[in-house]
Amino acid sequence: MVNSKISIRHLTKVFYKKGNSVTALKDISMDVKDGEFICLIGPSGCGKTTLLRILADLEKPSIGDFTIDQRKEGRPLQSMVFQERGVIPWLTVEENVAFGLKMRHLPKSVIKERTAYYLEKVGLDRFAKLYPKELSGGMKQRVSIARAFANDPEILLMDEPFAALDEQNKFILQEELLSIWAETKKTVLFITHSIDEALLLSDRILLMSTQPGQIIDEKVIDLPRPRNMEQVRADPVMAKHFVDIWNHLHDEVQSSRVKG
Amino acid sequence: MKEKMKRHNHDPFAVEQEEWRKRQIKGRLKQILTISSPIFILLLWEFLSRTEIVDPRFFPPPTEIVGTFLVMGTSGELFDHIGISLFRIFAGFLLGVIPAVILGLIMGLYSPVRHFFSPLIMALMPIPTLALLPIILIIFGVGEVSKIVTIAGSVFFPVIINTVAGVVNIDRIYLDVAKNYGADSKNYFFKIALPGSLPVMLEGIQMGQAIALLTIVAAEMMGANSGIGYLIWTSYKAFLLKEMYVGLVLISFFGYLFSLILRGFQNKLLPWR
Ligand SMILES: Nc1ncnc2c1ncn2[C@@H]1O[C@H](COP(=O)(O)OP(=O)(O)O)[C@@H](O)[C@H]1O
Ligand SMILES: [Mg+2]
Repeated sequence: MVNSKISIRHLTKVFYKKGNSVTALKDISMDVKDGEFICLIGPSGCGKTTLLRILADLEKPSIGDFTIDQRKEGRPLQSMVFQERGVIPWLTVEENVAFGLKMRHLPKSVIKERTAYYLEKVGLDRFAKLYPKELSGGMKQRVSIARAFANDPEILLMDEPFAALDEQNKFILQEELLSIWAETKKTVLFITHSIDEALLLSDRILLMSTQPGQIIDEKVIDLPRPRNMEQVRADPVMAKHFVDIWNHLHDEVQSSRVKG
Repeated sequence: MKEKMKRHNHDPFAVEQEEWRKRQIKGRLKQILTISSPIFILLLWEFLSRTEIVDPRFFPPPTEIVGTFLVMGTSGELFDHIGISLFRIFAGFLLGVIPAVILGLIMGLYSPVRHFFSPLIMALMPIPTLALLPIILIIFGVGEVSKIVTIAGSVFFPVIINTVAGVVNIDRIYLDVAKNYGADSKNYFFKIALPGSLPVMLEGIQMGQAIALLTIVAAEMMGANSGIGYLIWTSYKAFLLKEMYVGLVLISFFGYLFSLILRGFQNKLLPWR
């Protein structure tokens, strides 16, 4: 693809251990367009996290490679939205959000302005000076999201960011995420195990097989935006997608049981 | 059953207020218990000594120890002993803590350094620094330096071990965050390694403080002609047991005071805990 934002070519990752090596990812090739919101769904242990960590430069592929297209000089290639635990406890909410900007030694005024902007976006401006211990799980996750967006990366990587939240908080955060995303037009790679979440958020859903992880199918979600969960639930095409994905996951889990 | 519910339901605020008052009383009771144990021991001691159930020559009554303290205080000599001991403790403490923290952080951050130094530290740690005092005296002479080095030597180990543990046990996810957001090594050190290891490091420093006091008394008993330890030792040899007890109580007092000061520091340095 000519204008792809992320392109992954024949990427394989093996975790070597004497006796029992694990092939976490096998021959992954894919392209993501600029501004696309992609969700990755697959049975647990299929290598989703590993793929994201490779793109985040926290892990090296065994073979194969990937490129992330840099459109703007000096912009970081990617930022990761870690789980709640990724909010650094000895930094205040504000310092956490400013973390990436400070690491890149941006001018103080820029840091201040962007931090304030995203704190306000996620509704944490009143809590700027607090330490994370005083925040709820949902608020911590907002910090994590604000930190990633404030960093203004080429692409965003999210590994089940809402998995630990209760339903109520999950819905609110999904909507907030969509609204920030619509404004910034970032390319997002988002891991989830919730089919509803994937249908709500994605332009495209990639389905992965059990270990060794491969991308075996994709669903284009062309429901118009802005969307909400009611629309997703009411739409017959989405209902069909839901069942398809459900069956896919079910089959993959079954087949891995038979194999194992 | 029904009656009970009625009784409890008349005013929720009153019920909760009653509960709150009970908790307050419990809290105050705990405070009283905390201060009552030393007071109880002192009263018992006073009584047993006055009634000569225990030999007042060996266990003089606390009130007389206080009297002795006041007499010694007016002569001014006592404060010289306290002053010189405090100087040795502070100097030795700093001389032990600063290199321990620096080397500990480096060992925590760079595993080759850690693997190189670990066996040395593990092998040296069990040797009481006091057992090395003769050698320290040979090398550094009988002056102040030898006492300071002795204290530094005993403070060093708990601090370095805790500092290394503090760095090594920082949750991996913070390292990933730092890397992912492009922290350079300076930022990594000051924003992640140092603050992340601080809680455990401070526990080590707290331990080091206690050890510094244990060490100073013993070191001054063995090779000094001033200080609280010297006072305890010479008083004992001259059978001036009240004077000896003054020395012991002073050590206990300073130990408690230093712990409180360090706790205060800890709360200041770790607002995020
Ligand atoms: N650092 C590692 N060392 C060894 N094996 C690993 C490591 N990280 C992941 N794996 C293995 O790779 C496989 C994929 O893991 P992961 O990417 O976390 O799956 P997912 O996120 O889809 O649940 C699993 O079998 C897991 O045990
Ligand atoms: Mg995972």
